[in-house]
Amino acid sequence: MLNSKLLEVRGLRTYFQTDDGLVKAVDGISFELQRGETLGIVGESGSGKSVTNLSIIRLIQEPPGRIVAGEVIFKGQDILLLPPEAVRKIRGRRIAMIFQDPMTSLNPFMKISKQLMEMTELHLGHTKAQAYEHAIRMLETVGIPDARARANSYPHEFSGGMRQRVMIAMALSCEPELLIADEPTTALDVTIQAQILELIKKLKQKTETSVILITHDLGVVAGMTDHVIVMYAGKIFEQARTKELFASPGNPYTKGLLRSVPDPTAEQGKLYQIPGLPPDVAHLKPGCPFADRCERVAEICRREFPPFVQLTSDHHSLCHFANEVYAESVNAKRP
Amino acid sequence: MEPEIKIGPEEAVAEDMHADAGEFVQGTSLWRDAWRRLLKNKLAVFGLIVVIVITAASIVGPSVIKRVFGFTPDYIPTNNIQLVRSFPPFKGPNGEFSWQHPMGTDNAGRDQLARVLQGGQISLFVGIIATLVSLIIGVSYGAIAGYVGGRVDNLMMRLVDVLYSLPYVIVVIVLLSMFRSQTPRGQLTLLFVALGSVSWLTMARIVRGQVLSLKNQEFVLAARATGVSAPRIIFRHLVPNTLGPVIVYATLTIPQVMLTEAFLSFLGLGVQAPLASWGSLAADGVQNIAIFPWQLIFPGVTMALTLFSLNFLGDGLRDALDPQMRTT
Repeated sequence: MLNSKLLEVRGLRTYFQTDDGLVKAVDGISFELQRGETLGIVGESGSGKSVTNLSIIRLIQEPPGRIVAGEVIFKGQDILLLPPEAVRKIRGRRIAMIFQDPMTSLNPFMKISKQLMEMTELHLGHTKAQAYEHAIRMLETVGIPDARARANSYPHEFSGGMRQRVMIAMALSCEPELLIADEPTTALDVTIQAQILELIKKLKQKTETSVILITHDLGVVAGMTDHVIVMYAGKIFEQARTKELFASPGNPYTKGLLRSVPDPTAEQGKLYQIPGLPPDVAHLKPGCPFADRCERVAEICRREFPPFVQLTSDHHSLCHFANEVYAESVNAKRP
Repeated sequence: MEPEIKIGPEEAVAEDMHADAGEFVQGTSLWRDAWRRLLKNKLAVFGLIVVIVITAASIVGPSVIKRVFGFTPDYIPTNNIQLVRSFPPFKGPNGEFSWQHPMGTDNAGRDQLARVLQGGQISLFVGIIATLVSLIIGVSYGAIAGYVGGRVDNLMMRLVDVLYSLPYVIVVIVLLSMFRSQTPRGQLTLLFVALGSVSWLTMARIVRGQVLSLKNQEFVLAARATGVSAPRIIFRHLVPNTLGPVIVYATLTIPQVMLTEAFLSFLGLGVQAPLASWGSLAADGVQNIAIFPWQLIFPGVTMALTLFSLNFLGDGLRDALDPQMRTT
């Protein structure tokens, strides 16, 4: 089963109609995900990471949002063409999601057990008793101590890390083939973050689930993923195997991101930051959306939209100078 | 239960917290909290007790009186024909002290206490039925409008606006006089329909507002992402989250509806003899206020007490269920 295509996204475009004009939140995204692999999607806030993933399971609020073009082929079926009822059967059963803020993603008025039971009653046709036992088993799997007694608590009686564990238990309770984790650790402190990531990693190996991990934490990406997509202004700026991307980035934006990771070995000095702010995607100028913030901006960047350059067999970069940037990174590695 | 020697202070604290959490494992602490806050509010407790006492008395009262004294609320004595049949409280037919009619009798000689209690049955019943209607229709209507949103929401809420803008007392009066029923029971049913049909509007608005703010929370997105259907999200995830305001408003709707019922009955459009409600009793009493004041005082005071109590209880519930709203 390994190395077979599970998900293929082609030319996905999701636009939002706002008072401020048409916001092209996701503008032509394509990627593939193999079974058992982990894909990381990184980018600053507002770069379209979450919208991409909400589009995959068609959870974009319409209106104002609309998926205007593209295909999301999951196991040979284009999800975007399925009737809503069929999509609903995929959600949670085949593609599950974990959200950013465990504090708000559980229903405060429902017992933990009930929320877990809902999943399997819905998708696996469990009876109440079966679902209850399954819920407790899932809670044990994700490491909730004393799961049987805890199952009847309400979410507010759990800490943030515990709630995220519950969310993971919920997401994995139907053994989905794809798990989309939308910044699963952003709201947690660092120690809990490591635990949660370790848990996702462990469960992923056990169940051979594919994972899409959305984050803005490059450290997380390095430790968890096989492939990385760097998004900026609704576009893929760079796409490569994780090791390759970290070793030899082929895009000035990626380089900037990598440089802005704090280096604990550095004696002192200012933290690097990419100058400026992400552009307003409702009013994009022609040319490269990163041009105003780019270190090696040239005249062409402001005039023409950059090409998506293939650097190696599975390394692409959206930049007029992709080859040069890539060569620099490769050469910098050499002694 | 003695902690082991090895446990450091931090771990001991953690242990304590765990024990604390253990107590709450059974859940419901949310409602228990609210209940505790409610019990601290003296006025609300007073209201709760009065409401319970009056409700219980209204339910069992008439049958107890029948068993003890042998007359029903609509019993008109035939043996002792006198010119004046309306006796003051605690007075028998010949002016002697008697336990038979603690609230006196009305013009026809019917026992006031029995009638007030039976009137209570009907008044409370009207209030509860209309509130149930507002709960069922209002909550579903508002929740659906809020969740679906967009054009549907717009359409549904404009309908509510239209119904709101009608002077509903006049609508009810027209409704009641157009379909005037011959039997008292038929008239009562009509009253229920009339009051129920307007009582859900505010509830629909309140619930819609709640749902609008709730539906953008992440747990709704999470529920949608797990493939839960829209009706299930509305009724299992959203509606329970609106319960606080809904309960509060429902408690405040009961006195409001009772007051309307009393008003209509007072005008002679509502409950008709031989059935009685507090409104119709007061209407009868007003006619004789100079000579037989007890005919007005007892139903009036009972009604006022009940309405006060329900309002106190409603306010108390609001404070208890929504501590952030508290002003003190």
